[in-house]
Amino acid sequence: MSASTLTLGKALNEGLRKALENDPKVLIMGEDVGRLGGVFRVTDGLQKDFGEDRVIDTPLAESGIVGTAVGLAIRGFRPVCEIQFDGFVFPAFDQIVSQVAKMHYRSAGNVKLPITIRIPFGGGIGAVEHHSESPESYFCHTPGLKVVACSNPVDAYWMIQQAITSDDPIVFFEPKRRYWDKAEVDTSASPKSLWSADVVRTGSEVTLLTYGPSVKTCLEAAAAAGTEGRDIEVVDLRSLSPIDWDTVLTSVRKTRHAIVVAEAPVFASLAAEIAARVSEKCFYELESPVLRVCGYSTPYPTSRIEEDYLPDLDRILDAVDRSLAF
Amino acid sequence: METAPTGRHLLCPSDRRSRVRGSEDKEWQTLARSAMPQSVQPSEGPELVQLLTPEGERVEHPDYALELTEAEYRDLYRDLVLVRRIDTEATALQRQGELGLWASLLGQEAAQVGAGRALTGGDFAFPTYREHGVAYCKGVDPVTLLGLFRGVNQGGWNPHDKGFQLYTIVIGSQTLHATGYAMGLQRDGADGAVMGFFGDGASSQGDVNEAFVWASVFQAPVVFFCQNNQWAISEPLERQSRIPLYQRAKGFGFPGVRVDGNDVLAVLAVSRAALERAREGSGPTLIEAFTYRMGPHTTSDDPTRYRLAAELETWKLKDPIERMKAYLSRSGMAGHDFFDEVDKAADDLAAHIRAGCLALPDPDPISLFDHVYAGGSTLLDEEREQLASYLESFEGAHS
Repeated sequence: MSASTLTLGKALNEGLRKALENDPKVLIMGEDVGRLGGVFRVTDGLQKDFGEDRVIDTPLAESGIVGTAVGLAIRGFRPVCEIQFDGFVFPAFDQIVSQVAKMHYRSAGNVKLPITIRIPFGGGIGAVEHHSESPESYFCHTPGLKVVACSNPVDAYWMIQQAITSDDPIVFFEPKRRYWDKAEVDTSASPKSLWSADVVRTGSEVTLLTYGPSVKTCLEAAAAAGTEGRDIEVVDLRSLSPIDWDTVLTSVRKTRHAIVVAEAPVFASLAAEIAARVSEKCFYELESPVLRVCGYSTPYPTSRIEEDYLPDLDRILDAVDRSLAF
Repeated sequence: METAPTGRHLLCPSDRRSRVRGSEDKEWQTLARSAMPQSVQPSEGPELVQLLTPEGERVEHPDYALELTEAEYRDLYRDLVLVRRIDTEATALQRQGELGLWASLLGQEAAQVGAGRALTGGDFAFPTYREHGVAYCKGVDPVTLLGLFRGVNQGGWNPHDKGFQLYTIVIGSQTLHATGYAMGLQRDGADGAVMGFFGDGASSQGDVNEAFVWASVFQAPVVFFCQNNQWAISEPLERQSRIPLYQRAKGFGFPGVRVDGNDVLAVLAVSRAALERAREGSGPTLIEAFTYRMGPHTTSDDPTRYRLAAELETWKLKDPIERMKAYLSRSGMAGHDFFDEVDKAADDLAAHIRAGCLALPDPDPISLFDHVYAGGSTLLDEEREQLASYLESFEGAHS
């Protein structure tokens, strides 16, 4: 009865609705989130049901969205900010990095900023420039922020609610090309911890460590490899900062081969941190170097060639071959 | 929620160009002309709201009446003297090596005391890093203010207790926080108002201009209090604006007023009126307190490299404390006994500041991991453990 088939976007919408129902201090604010329901319709219908004071169509200014959310949070609200596209977060970067991330620390815990910053991220939708970026590493590199990425409708439904109830500011990444993916969501189930990674496919030979839109790609790669007799494990990190190292390291110690898969440019990325940490902690268990299958270290390319930039089945399987052949 | 009809047109230069070229919209052209300053010559002088002349003569202003008791006049004088003493002592402590840095408010006492004393219990203030006088009015112990500059904390007071946010060092960021807090007051149906402080330099920041837009369209109960002290480190006002700063408000759709920032009475009256307007639901006001930074930007600055001593001498004649003292003396509201008593109170405060500063404890190195997250972090638990065992590895570390 409480289970229904939802797209990832609709699951977020239902999760946001729950959050608004559960706590009158929860606000949604962003560009076009009200009457339009957001450019991806994630906030569809919420302003109609919760009013213009709680679902706020803001002026077109990202620093203003996050900066006023800081003041609202100091006043005791729980703002959920929508940044319309990944490439538009940078006008708010100063407020996020200098103010949001540091306030609890600077105030010795006196000022809490329970702000959730939702960002649709990643490529693969044939968009024009600034609409396909993966800026998660910047935020993972910033102490004081927590960073999560959902990859499927079930997680989307629960993780957005958990993020909003967190007393820490959270950057919440949504895999925009998976907004239309469907799954059955049981809203009466018990959710996993927001900070736990999830072994989404068990295997014995190689561990693929991934998150967000690349989880599905990795599962498809693992399935394809399975037809050739390869037994691949896929770990969905879910929380990018902090990382659930227990789950990650347990998997790698079992398979002895690790590959990190992500869309973001590979150089100095979250994938680099994961590779470093796994190498440090599993030095004697690893049978090959940790490999990374990521975006190239270029600006995001034009859409007609984005498939060559994004990690896909073939690049992942090529890396699996290299890892096992080492 | 109403916005001023002129605001939208005047914000966009490209829009303006195309419309003027088309010459179709006569109404708009008239609007544009009326909004442009007839002259930007600084020699015309500011249209100042003033209630106390530099010579200490009490004058009236048609829009800003101020009725104070004799005790209230004397209290304002005491505030000015004590706030200046906080600054003097902190500067001395920096010179003695006890503070890493100090941002002096010398010359801006009246602007800060006038604004600070206009704030009431339900109001919340968002300061820059120079609002020591406002902090004093909000009940923050001056010793607590020194923590940031001594490097023992990043602001030792609880903003919720004081109605006074921590200092903000990145220029202008706090004006958005002030606006957001004011939007929160609106949603709570609360009575209070917010005052967001910034300077002439900050008026160029995107965040300040975004704060103006937001406050205007949401009619947020916030007063933007700009202390125009003429200098942004080495850059004069002319590098920030071609028009008087208070006139910027018009383009955003709310009133702006320029007040003599060295006249505590005028600042108090103007601030009270703006806060009252905000509390009534009539939206934001921009106050430009026209004043002067008589000292360096901070103790690390050397103003002799960029401004003339004569300018400082001119402003000394407009000193905020001297004019108040002259007024109290001449009007018979205070005499030697009172001034001596205030000087004694300043000496006592100075002793409190010196002793308190030296007694501020250095934090425990391990505490650097505290409060990064409200919900804790396993990564930081691990790093804390690493630092602790590293420190313990030194011989005699815990002897």
